[in-house]
Amino acid sequence: MLRFVARRLVSLLVSLAVASCVIFVFVEVVPGDPAAYMLGLNAQEDTLNALREQLGLNGTLLERYLNWVGGMLRGDFGTSYTYRTPVSEMIGERMWISLPLAIYALTLSTLIAFPAGIWAASQRGSLVDVLVMGFTQLGVAIPNFWFAMLMVLLFAINLRWFSAGGFAGWEAGFGPALKSLTLPAIALALPQASILARVMRSSLLDTLGEDYIRTARAKGLSRRQALWRHALRNALIPVLTIIGLQFSFLMAGAIIIENVFYLPGLGRLVFQSIAARDLIVVESVVMLLVFAVIVVNFLVDVAYALVDPRLRVRA
Amino acid sequence: MSLLRVENLDVSIHGTPVLKGVSLALEAGEILGVIGESGSGKSMTALAILQLLPEGARAAGRIALSGHDMLALDEAALCGLRGNEVGMVFQEPMTALNPIQTIGAQVAETIRIHEDVSRKEALARAAQALRRCELPQERFPLSRYPHELSGGQRQRVVIAMAIALQPKLLIADEPTTALDVTTQAEILTLLKRLAREDGMGLMLISHDLAVVADMADRIVIMRQGEVVESGACPAIFGQLTHPYSKALLAASDHQPERAGHVFEAPLLQVKNVVRDYALPRAGLFGGARKFRAVKGVSFDIRRGESLGLVGESGCGKSTLTRAVLGLEEVQGGEILLDGAPVFSGKRPNRAVRRKMHVVFQDPYGSFNPRWKVGRLVAEPFHLLDDAPEGRAAAIAEALEKVGLSGEDAEKYIHEFSGGQRQRIAIARALIIKPELIILDEAVSALDVSIRAQILDLLADLGTRFGLTYLFISHDLSVVRNVTDRCLVMQAGEIVEEGATEDVFERPRHDYTKQLIAAVPQLPSK
Repeated sequence: MLRFVARRLVSLLVSLAVASCVIFVFVEVVPGDPAAYMLGLNAQEDTLNALREQLGLNGTLLERYLNWVGGMLRGDFGTSYTYRTPVSEMIGERMWISLPLAIYALTLSTLIAFPAGIWAASQRGSLVDVLVMGFTQLGVAIPNFWFAMLMVLLFAINLRWFSAGGFAGWEAGFGPALKSLTLPAIALALPQASILARVMRSSLLDTLGEDYIRTARAKGLSRRQALWRHALRNALIPVLTIIGLQFSFLMAGAIIIENVFYLPGLGRLVFQSIAARDLIVVESVVMLLVFAVIVVNFLVDVAYALVDPRLRVRA
Repeated sequence: MSLLRVENLDVSIHGTPVLKGVSLALEAGEILGVIGESGSGKSMTALAILQLLPEGARAAGRIALSGHDMLALDEAALCGLRGNEVGMVFQEPMTALNPIQTIGAQVAETIRIHEDVSRKEALARAAQALRRCELPQERFPLSRYPHELSGGQRQRVVIAMAIALQPKLLIADEPTTALDVTTQAEILTLLKRLAREDGMGLMLISHDLAVVADMADRIVIMRQGEVVESGACPAIFGQLTHPYSKALLAASDHQPERAGHVFEAPLLQVKNVVRDYALPRAGLFGGARKFRAVKGVSFDIRRGESLGLVGESGCGKSTLTRAVLGLEEVQGGEILLDGAPVFSGKRPNRAVRRKMHVVFQDPYGSFNPRWKVGRLVAEPFHLLDDAPEGRAAAIAEALEKVGLSGEDAEKYIHEFSGGQRQRIAIARALIIKPELIILDEAVSALDVSIRAQILDLLADLGTRFGLTYLFISHDLSVVRNVTDRCLVMQAGEIVEEGATEDVFERPRHDYTKQLIAAVPQLPSK
């Protein structure tokens, strides 16, 4: 098991190095000179040069790459071209919205999907199954921003239970902060929960058809005991895969929902920075998101190995 | 009072009857063999006794198991009996165990769900049960996972689970069908020993007459959901009355008539063939490792000859087959068909490839279900440079050769039974008029009566068209009946070679002796 984790860690580091190169080169080849963008069309050539010097844009490609990576390792993400504030601060603030939002949404999604999927699978063909399948179909089909707007109309404007948007801030206390993230989290969780419930159901149905379930029944286990003791853990592998993918998506893909609820999250930050050619912010946020995705994948791999002893030998 | 008495059992699934008036009885300490081909209802009878019938099944009649009326009990009471009073062992040991639980936990579970004992005590008793099944804790710790065991060892774990509480009845449904012949012999001996030691009733279900005949005190022969004949064993084999039982016995040891002419000149020459597989590296900086599956094998097949290749799983016979077919490059030696290499310049040699064809084991998995039979049969035409004229006529001819009709070309494969599918596979092999046909376990998945028909067909085709066969099988009795010469393969090497009768009558190598001794014999011999 230790060997397995060590190997996965090595591959994690390699992925990170490759990803940082790709991101750096990508941002380099994108047209647009940040210095020219900041100083406007009529800037003098020597002013531009001075600014480039100050921003560290004049070194060779390799120098700039090493500076960037070295800085990140020390926690220094550079200074935003447009806002003139340290990028780490900008990311830090927004991270405290995006990360809790993603975790919140994923928790909701799992809490809905697991019972629904297990229930539907254990009573295949029953009314419960039909209802779960119907609702999840709907959940996948409904665009989440539209659903978000409906919720704003109902819960914020009519019932006035929640505010329509914005973030209360963690300094206002855990309750209010969580409350302002609730509607966005539900909007994000709905389609994810629908997909996850369907995966859970079909995966569990597959394992319930396996020979070892019949063996378990022949030992004297009831249908229910066989499901909980033998089928569930075996059914988890595909479910874990989907959870990993969903977390990555929730970290980076919440832009639209952040816009609907006016949340200053990472998605909005990338969006604004791209518009402003604030390449250093774009680079750093994208790198951070990639880092999160790779770490989540690593955790999912470790979770696989915990669930399935056969995977500890392989890979 | 009998331990088990089944009276007039009818079972239907969604209205279709699968068992019709089945009656049988089993005394304590007795071994009852239940014999039948696929669809005879033998497994369904076993599941009915445990009341683990598939959804939509309805049972009527009476099943009395040590005084319990199984059809009248509720689910909770049945759960209390299963594993406790009656244990069951299934056919497929590779999938019968939960892959993510240790063997100790799985055996201990049987004890823990029926008796209120501590985890520690349950594990100690599990270790004891595994020891009785010849998996001593010193060599097979309880912390092993199923994937760390071989098929035979897994089947021992399944048996340990079933006998952990010393049930009165053990039902074994094709317990050795998926195993090699030597492992089969060991498992059968184990089952017999356990039954005798515990005075347990054993219901042994098999399609293989010889397996049951060796063991059973009494046998029941089933066909299409009905019991056709039953009686004491082995006496019953001398006095079978039902035509089906007689036909089954005859088919079990069927010897097709062969009259082909064998020429001196070799058709296929295999010289010192070596085949390596790359293994995963030992570590990040470890060197490349390899596994040698075939270790310098040489043999010839003469034109018109039928050569058998026998060996247990993992001995390298499938690897060798792929090399002969030119599907993979070999790492040493050469393979010549009619003097030309089967593999040249990093790719299979098409000119040689069209002179041979293969028929595989699984008649269900080896066809594309969306193609019509005509297209399936005509597939080997791509080996020819020019498509032959009269394609439809060629398809019809090939189908007729194997006993089907030309009209079958318009049907899809799911409309055919297993035996018919194997005929179609043979038609596909014949259509480009090959000289060598490789039969890779081609009859292993078939019922005995169908198998006899296919063997007759192959013998007939061989005589009519002067075909040469390479017959690869783990089933020694079939190889004995249909080949002129045979090779015995073990761990990538050929350990014995000779005329088939000589090899079977006077085996020289210890491994061959072991194999032959392990083959179950019909009592008439």
